[in-house]
Amino acid sequence: MSEDLLVLDRLRLEVPAGRRQWRTLVDDVSLTVAPGEAVGLVGESGSGKSMTARSVLRLTPPGARLGGRISFDDTSVLELGTRELRALRARRIAMIFQEPRAHINPVRSIGDFLTEAQITNLSASPKQAHAKAVRLLADVGITDGERRMRQHPHELSGGLLQRVMIASVLAAEPDLVLADEPTTALDVTTQSEVMAVLDELRRDRGMAMLLITHDIGLAAATCDRIGVMYAGRIVEVQSAEALTESPRHPYSRGLLSSRPSLDRVVHPLPVVPGRAVAAFEAEEGCAFAPRCAVSTPECSAVRPPLRAVDGAHVACIRAEEP
Amino acid sequence: MRWPIFLARRLAALAAVLLVASFLVYGLLYTVPGGPMSFLLGNRSGTPEQIAAIRHQYHLDQPFLVRYFSWLGDALHGDFGQSLVYRQDVSDLMSTRLTTTGLLVLYATGIIVVAGVALGLLGALRRGPVDTVVSAVNSVFLATPPFVVGVVLVVVFALGLGWFPVFGPGTGFGDRLYHLTLPAIALSLGSVGFLARITRASVGEELGREHVETARSRGLPESHIVRRHVLRNASIPVVTVTGLTVAGLIAGSVVVENIFALDGLGSLLVRAILQRDFAVVQGVVLVLVTAFVIVNLVVDLCYSLIDPRLSPGEAA
Amino acid sequence: MRTRLGPTGLAAVALLAVIAVVSTCAPLLAPYDPDRPDLLNALAGSTGSHLLGGDALGRDILSRLMFGARTTLLGPLITIALSTVVGTALAITAAWSGGRVDAVISRLLDVLFAVPGIVFALVTVAVLGPGMTGVVIGLSVAYMPYVARVVRSAALRERNLPYVAAAWLQGRSAVAICWRHLLPNLRPLIVAQSVSAFGFAIIDLAAISFLGLGVQPPSADWGLMVKSGLDGAMRGRPMEAISAGVLIVVVVVAVTALGDRLGSRQGGAR
Repeated sequence: MSEDLLVLDRLRLEVPAGRRQWRTLVDDVSLTVAPGEAVGLVGESGSGKSMTARSVLRLTPPGARLGGRISFDDTSVLELGTRELRALRARRIAMIFQEPRAHINPVRSIGDFLTEAQITNLSASPKQAHAKAVRLLADVGITDGERRMRQHPHELSGGLLQRVMIASVLAAEPDLVLADEPTTALDVTTQSEVMAVLDELRRDRGMAMLLITHDIGLAAATCDRIGVMYAGRIVEVQSAEALTESPRHPYSRGLLSSRPSLDRVVHPLPVVPGRAVAAFEAEEGCAFAPRCAVSTPECSAVRPPLRAVDGAHVACIRAEEP
Repeated sequence: MRWPIFLARRLAALAAVLLVASFLVYGLLYTVPGGPMSFLLGNRSGTPEQIAAIRHQYHLDQPFLVRYFSWLGDALHGDFGQSLVYRQDVSDLMSTRLTTTGLLVLYATGIIVVAGVALGLLGALRRGPVDTVVSAVNSVFLATPPFVVGVVLVVVFALGLGWFPVFGPGTGFGDRLYHLTLPAIALSLGSVGFLARITRASVGEELGREHVETARSRGLPESHIVRRHVLRNASIPVVTVTGLTVAGLIAGSVVVENIFALDGLGSLLVRAILQRDFAVVQGVVLVLVTAFVIVNLVVDLCYSLIDPRLSPGEAA
Repeated sequence: MRTRLGPTGLAAVALLAVIAVVSTCAPLLAPYDPDRPDLLNALAGSTGSHLLGGDALGRDILSRLMFGARTTLLGPLITIALSTVVGTALAITAAWSGGRVDAVISRLLDVLFAVPGIVFALVTVAVLGPGMTGVVIGLSVAYMPYVARVVRSAALRERNLPYVAAAWLQGRSAVAICWRHLLPNLRPLIVAQSVSAFGFAIIDLAAISFLGLGVQPPSADWGLMVKSGLDGAMRGRPMEAISAGVLIVVVVVAVTALGDRLGSRQGGAR
């Protein structure tokens, strides 16, 4: 028995790339999420963070191959049959997507979107489902719910649509919410509002959250713990405060220092040099070594494993150095 | 823009197109070498008095535009003049045959929608060898002219196996449908292939959409997703193509009626052309064009009903 | 260039080339005079001397198929050439001029769209009398708006590209720009479009000949052979109708496959 709600153990995801060739997108990822806990997964695009979240629901590209173990509430997700997998998706784990406009069916009304899963999965009557949907819309800050229910997605702004998406997730009352860049596609001004709504409602209901984002500050503000991913692997896991105070991995330090700060003006803004690579592009040794300011010849020889250093888990051979 | 304005606009455009098309049809037949008199006289040579009498009877002594508008005015009242060959009102000749052609086109439409969508879905939902076979069958359907299908059907099912009657329209509704089965298949086969192609492409595209991923992430059953999300969204191009095809069937019926000796508008038109019975040609062509244009309008309206983004009620 | 047609496209090209050669060299290759009746061979089955047997008048079916390819394919070829030239000219004029000229041309095309192709051809046949000329003219006019619509929208896109403005600023005339720059850039699209339309034209022309309004007997034509073979088919000798029908299907499948390849290559380039 584990106390964790979600356990990823040496998760590996490969997609087919032509004749008998496979491309690794997620490599050897181990991570846990406790009940009610918010964990952030941070990295650049292509780091495999989004695919890691999708793997939890087995929403992987066609023909993809999953390895390792995913355990949710002590059941192994990778061994579930179609019916149990549907039940898991319907009641236990829900997902919020990055682009609400693309991820909500444009030809169905908002009301349809909010009541469909309740009616089909939870056997609610259309009337109950409708009432609950209006209540949830009020919860996410949409007051004229009755009118919105009759409208279609193209009549709502991106921020409103993302609130609708959050309401639909709350309707299922899941134990875990996977939020894949929930505010990236929104205007800067609505981003913080939507994130605040999501965070507050999640805490109220005691739901755990796995937040996927490229914004390490956002993750630090809303999550208890943060995992940093690079090239399909986790390079560092720490509590949110500890990570922002004393990042151990050079890549985490780079991410933190490349954020513009309001208190200090730095010219030029430091950037992590070079281009992020995906897991299948990484060479021998540490995948970050080619971009790392403190790399040594040894870094390119052996891939550093994730190991405990002062309460943190870091995959860097120079993690102990200040 | 609201629905009434939207409708009024579309109807006005339709009327304008029909007006010009009718002028074209009416005017073209007056460009015949020798003019309309060569129609009326046929191979006879008339005395000047006879010619003058005929000219007066058919208002040929009046200016062209006057004749056109009086013809159009009569046509709007359902009076297309008299057939020179049958000595009957053109509208009477057409009305008896309209049912045959209408039934044939409807029957073929039914086959196209059911078989086309079914084949397309089969290809889209069962990828792999099934898809390859279905695609190949579609290409052959698409390339086979209705008259070739017709001949094959006659040889195999009517003459060889004797399952269906060869010719004639039949009597009574059931018998009529029975008689129309082979003609309807001949008429529809090419369009079945076409619609199947469009359905497959459209469903395939919709299956890969993000909102389908959302539906999957919510644990909805796959059959529910296909029904409620994929089909509804994919139906937009499918409805267009169905509409265009039905409009095309109106023209295709001309050929098929001829093979199966069905007495419809098409065979009437072909005979009238061979006999140079110009009042009938004008009447039938006008009816066919009107039907074609109306079907196209209905398709456009269906769009707006299926896709809320195109609805005229929206301030787009 | 050619390898990108893929195996299907190459097979289609090869098949069409064989048919083109056979029909061109029909006088050399055909075993018999296609129009000479031979009552001993009437509705005869396949024999050593007549591979596909004879039709109702005893004419050699194989020879008639070889000669028939000429009329069956020449008519559609002229139709497509006419509709493509006129349609492209109208489309480029409309796209280049814009404004009122574009509006007038577009409305004209709308009207033509309202008349189905076969019906239009039948009207011209009614005017000019049965025969290939009327059918080809009618179908050319009926196909023209489809060409014009596709080319016009592509020409509009192309017209707004910087290189056109650059040529204009260099003082080139409108005609020169259209001819030297616009047209070559639109050519792949126009070719793909006309190859696909060629398939439809084969079907439409054969259908009208089948109705007795196109190619007139005793000329050999595949559409007409299906019609005249219908009697034989009724008497259990379907060879004439079936062989001509199958040839039409095979040629149209090949043409359509080629058109699809050209079209998708066109799509891939964008």
